[in-house]
Amino acid sequence: MRTFPKGGVHPPGLKIASGSAISLLSLPEIACIHLSQHLGAPAQPVVAKGDAVKVGQLIAEVSGFVSANIHSPVSGIIQKIEPAPDASGYAKPAIFIEVSGDEWLESIDRTPVLAKPNGITGDEIIAKVKEMGIVGLGGATFPSHVKISVPKGKKADILIINGVECEPYLTSDHRLMLEKGEEILTGIQLLMRALGVERAVIGIERNKPDAIRHLAGLAAGYPGITVCALKVKYPQGGEKQLIKAITGREVPSLGLPIEVGAVVHNVGTAFAVYEAVLKNKPLFERVVTVTGKNLAHTANFQVRIGTPVIQLIDAVGGLPGNAAKVINGGPMMGKALPMLGVPVTKGTSGILIMSDQESARKQSMNCIRCSRCSSACPMGLEPYLLMSLGEAKRWEDMESEHTLDCMECGSCSYTCPSHRPLLDYIRIGKSNVNRIIRARK
Amino acid sequence: MNTIVITIISLSVIGSLSGVILFLIAQKFKVFEDPRIDDVEGILPGANCGGCGFPGCRGFADACVKAESLDLMFCPVGGNDGMVKVAEALGRVAATKDPTVAVVRCAGSPDHRRRTNRYDSAMTCEIASGLYSGDTACSFGCLGLGDCTVVCTFDAIHMNPVTLLPEVDDAKCTSCGACVKACPKMIIELRKKNKKDRKIYVSCINMDKGASAKKACSVACIGCKACLKACEYDAITIENFLAYIDPVKCKLCRKCVEVCPTDSIQEINFPPRKKADVEVAVTETQANKTIMEGF
Repeated sequence: MRTFPKGGVHPPGLKIASGSAISLLSLPEIACIHLSQHLGAPAQPVVAKGDAVKVGQLIAEVSGFVSANIHSPVSGIIQKIEPAPDASGYAKPAIFIEVSGDEWLESIDRTPVLAKPNGITGDEIIAKVKEMGIVGLGGATFPSHVKISVPKGKKADILIINGVECEPYLTSDHRLMLEKGEEILTGIQLLMRALGVERAVIGIERNKPDAIRHLAGLAAGYPGITVCALKVKYPQGGEKQLIKAITGREVPSLGLPIEVGAVVHNVGTAFAVYEAVLKNKPLFERVVTVTGKNLAHTANFQVRIGTPVIQLIDAVGGLPGNAAKVINGGPMMGKALPMLGVPVTKGTSGILIMSDQESARKQSMNCIRCSRCSSACPMGLEPYLLMSLGEAKRWEDMESEHTLDCMECGSCSYTCPSHRPLLDYIRIGKSNVNRIIRARK
Repeated sequence: MNTIVITIISLSVIGSLSGVILFLIAQKFKVFEDPRIDDVEGILPGANCGGCGFPGCRGFADACVKAESLDLMFCPVGGNDGMVKVAEALGRVAATKDPTVAVVRCAGSPDHRRRTNRYDSAMTCEIASGLYSGDTACSFGCLGLGDCTVVCTFDAIHMNPVTLLPEVDDAKCTSCGACVKACPKMIIELRKKNKKDRKIYVSCINMDKGASAKKACSVACIGCKACLKACEYDAITIENFLAYIDPVKCKLCRKCVEVCPTDSIQEINFPPRKKADVEVAVTETQANKTIMEGF
């Protein structure tokens, strides 16, 4: 059974919500859509206060190469355009839409019939993906059209589809694979055509045997696409880890996957690409897992972006009495939300509610040089050393110790028996190293 | 016996020869160091705080000796007196600067600013501010984790356990600026030091609109411009819904303090007001509160 060789940890899976079928969540009264939903430059609004918009209408457009369009997730009137707190609590520019009815653009094909990619060319696919504002739905929200435009002089020979979902608790990709298998495979065909590759591999961890069986069965009808079952290990969903696990190729330090001829996309992105290209549907809704041990029931909701998080929690019966943290994302890489009024964005994969007992950070103690963090680090770094350097503010030394290779998976902090805040200091180091690199230019 | 004599003689010869060689080499490769660097270093306070912008007092002394003029050189710890001594030692003229002191521009104690969540990660402001906006609804205010107190080499800034805000000891503060650099929220400012350590300043840096600033903290500056109108010395500017009092132009008349509807302007180390003043102040404030209802 394949996996990546270096490091990794085995947190309990806790995929409680894997049995809950994707259900539609009711529309919010007011949708708040941040202009920075993706990696890169914030989008520029193309609507003004008082304008009427329909579902799927462009409300903010790309500014710069790495940026993405944003479309209205609801129909209604633009209430205001002003800063509102995002998941970090800091106010960022956002468009508020007062919802009335649910009127979609006529161009969007809402029939459930499976469309086929007849005769569409790669360039048309890339243009459509850009127009429809598709971003990577695995969590990093990198604009997809940039990722499928292979730079000159480089060549991709394999497309890897990430169905790993290695974060504990999260099940949105799992449900999508079970319920939208044909659509995902068609989306993969489109991505293959855009990239000009003959081979695509869907990587799925074997804790999702039903998804492996289902997709492997369907993939027989799609030439070039295979399913690869992977041993369960966190963080296998990391781009570099997944490439290593499936192809055995190692992406060089600070390099991009294209350098070893691979491109990785999430299953959610493949589905969004299918809908964008063949159904004309922009990315304005996504599947969000709402889960937690103490919830009355868990759910996988199809949510319009801009819906406040509190509405998702209310839909599963409200916050349990012992709730201490509401986490945006999974327990390993997610961040606790400072307030529940913040909206769902293109990058929200799950909302996890934890009690104090589950989530409290334990008292940090001295490093005992057990080197568990170094063994756990999937990038082969030495987190204990990076933390000491970070505490001493030795940014140049952190740079030469390859801090920037850290992908913030949190395996080091998870495994530390002294509960040291390793990742927190590495993050500070990364931002300072980036700052000094920028200053050098 | 013979062996001992030979040993002593040979070792003495080797020793003296090596001594001569080392002496000659030392003469040949002698590095000339300006003796004035030592003199200046002796005058400097020796705190090695880095407040001058150079690596330690020696680095500053070296720079002073090499510099054409002392105009851009200033040791905040030694102050004007110290710089005059340095200038005398070097036979130059020192630039004088108004003495400054660190001021914490946030008054959001738990009474004024409700905690909306609890932070339990690494207890430093730098990490907390990188993760999120803070444990109150105000994303500009003090996080209360004390990075400024850790970096102070003069023991001049401490966390107040009741207000959860840092407080500066004016007598000890040398305005080296270490806390200013350490604060990720950029709350601390070096302001002109006045007689008897008197201070008038806007104790808030919230740049949100008045309504949301006020909602987050009862002593937030809401940018209502009452102080702007009250100031006779043109010392107040308002930008992004936030007032700022220019410490150089301010004449410490306290008129702005009286009219501020949210008490975000602080007056410190002033004698208590006369009763008549207080009454006027109260009526004016009430008048302003009526104006403010529009917010």
